[in-house]
Amino acid sequence: MSTATDRTAAGAVEMTFLDALKDALLTCMRADSRVVLLGEDIAGGAGQGAPLEGAMGGTFGVTKGLFEEFGPRRVLDTPISEAGITAATVGAAMAGLRPVTDLMWAAFAPKAFDEIVNQAAKMRFMSGGQVSVPMVLRMAVGGGLRAAAQHSDTHYAMFTNVPGLKVVAPATPAEARGLLMASILDDDPVVFLEHMALYTTSGAVDAAAGPMRLGELGVLRDGSDVTIAGVGHSALMALEAAAVLEAEGISAEVLSLRSLQPLDLDGLVARAGATGRFVVVEEGPARCSVASDVAAQVGERLFGALKAPIGRVTSNHSPVPFSPPLEDAHLPSVEKVVTAAKRTMGLG
Amino acid sequence: MTAPQLPLSELEEAYRRMLTIRLFEDRARREFGKGDMPGFVHSYAGAEAIAAGVCAHLGDADMITSTHRGHGHCLAKGVDIVPMVAELYGRANGLCKGRGGSMHIADFSKGMLGANAIVAGGVGIAVGAALAARTLGDGRVAATFFGDGATSQGVLHESMNLASIWRLPVVFVCENNGWAESTPAAYAVSVPQVSVRAAGYSMPGTTVDASDYEAVHEAARAAVDRARRGEGPSFIEATYSRIGGHYAGDPEGYRSRDDRRAARDADVIARTAAVLAGRGSDSAAITAEVERDVVARLDEAFAAARASAWPDAEGADRYVYSN
Repeated sequence: MSTATDRTAAGAVEMTFLDALKDALLTCMRADSRVVLLGEDIAGGAGQGAPLEGAMGGTFGVTKGLFEEFGPRRVLDTPISEAGITAATVGAAMAGLRPVTDLMWAAFAPKAFDEIVNQAAKMRFMSGGQVSVPMVLRMAVGGGLRAAAQHSDTHYAMFTNVPGLKVVAPATPAEARGLLMASILDDDPVVFLEHMALYTTSGAVDAAAGPMRLGELGVLRDGSDVTIAGVGHSALMALEAAAVLEAEGISAEVLSLRSLQPLDLDGLVARAGATGRFVVVEEGPARCSVASDVAAQVGERLFGALKAPIGRVTSNHSPVPFSPPLEDAHLPSVEKVVTAAKRTMGLG
Repeated sequence: MTAPQLPLSELEEAYRRMLTIRLFEDRARREFGKGDMPGFVHSYAGAEAIAAGVCAHLGDADMITSTHRGHGHCLAKGVDIVPMVAELYGRANGLCKGRGGSMHIADFSKGMLGANAIVAGGVGIAVGAALAARTLGDGRVAATFFGDGATSQGVLHESMNLASIWRLPVVFVCENNGWAESTPAAYAVSVPQVSVRAAGYSMPGTTVDASDYEAVHEAARAAVDRARRGEGPSFIEATYSRIGGHYAGDPEGYRSRDDRRAARDADVIARTAAVLAGRGSDSAAITAEVERDVVARLDEAFAAARASAWPDAEGADRYVYSN
């Protein structure tokens, strides 16, 4: 289980989520020449004759400037070939590199489903442990940008359902930096899911800190009446909900489910057991969700000890709609989290 | 174009390697028929010259990716028969500790990055391995074997494009046996010769008859040399006729008798033996010697595999993660 040091690090500086990711990449690339970046638009045209300042540096700018420092052998723009670049990532990892590949949007990952599910995830197992596949697949996830059905998926549950993958979804800049470093250093394939609403958020980051450990919870707020665990952006939504609840006299603890696989189940059980009430929030379709899985596992361990049924808040079981009022209705919201938390208190 | 003649001793050595693969595959098929080998096996019989001719140019550090029909690639890359057979039987001392079986057999110590049961599954992996070799500057070369069926997979085309734009040291080797399971290439592939597609990715492409070992050997030499010089990828289409079915036990009802007979007539083993004899080599003696030696090793390997321990059931979910 994590400690509160995540949010109160000494010598911390204010940094955006995006800059925290870039800092993790820079740190790891300077430390290890085997770390290479691949992806569509990650150099963003740098090195192709256009002025460097005009280069794209990834759809959201996470990798902007890295080409200048590391050059074309370490920062590789790729064609739009999700299957091909993911397969190449797997092979490169098997043959001695530590590639970090940007698939741009998680909604495009199904183009590389075989390479992720059958190749990256199974290679170590099928070979009886002969080989490891130290690779990171970065993807932007989530709704709220009115990006509609084919640019808004989270796929948290889909990746977590694949044995052999580790799945990470940071909620804060400190988590983004510490977990991306940990993912690059890890010997297994890690799917690293960055919610698009988080890139511009900022928070305290200890720029001298080392990697965080995978498999831990983030504790974003202490509380005694109800434990609310959220995935990625949903953890920030839970923080907002906790402020609303506090005004109504309810003390909510907020956890970041930043490591979906491995999952700190013991930590969750300890914390949900201490408050006696548990709500889990995930932006993703309702069926077979991370929320369902976590609720089932916590429920198995705490049946009888909980004071109320576990609450789940997810998106609708529907593709993400385009029209703003439809998308707003589709996604989790602060109000939905507040309602679910109050229901565990016997209110509403 | 006729390939240059190899020195006699070199062709004799290639014949020994190809005959070893054939004997292994014939034996595996027979043993599979006894019913105590789990899963299924796909025979490499008929394609021996391809694995042998390509791997003749590769060392242990060089890397190959293979297919569901992967035993021949293992043997050509120098993988030991005993742990191979143990893996076919799912035993604890198998190459993959019983986690892989025939369709996922791998030996990373020999640069054999795995059979792959997804059609075209190994192609992009080889491109990535070549990217690692180029980035690390260690001089390694990757070769990827795949069938004609794989040439209809999107990832193959994506991978050829990537290898070309990055000039990677990789050789694409299409083992065209004319059949994707039961679907003929003549129906399913839009070009009469798969190798013409290489031009679409600005790499040399050539078609060779895989019953002619020297032709395969020469095409592979040119491709591997080019890769080692840093000049980029090449594409070799090696045509052969599948001996036996898609899998051991396939009745091949979809295939004409003439086609099956043609496969036997084009047999690379018989043809190479005849070439050797024609050049004054005592190929009959070599055949007898290899049969005696390999059959003894196979006897030992199959007996050892059957006597080997099963993996511990408590370890059914081991090797999923490294930590």
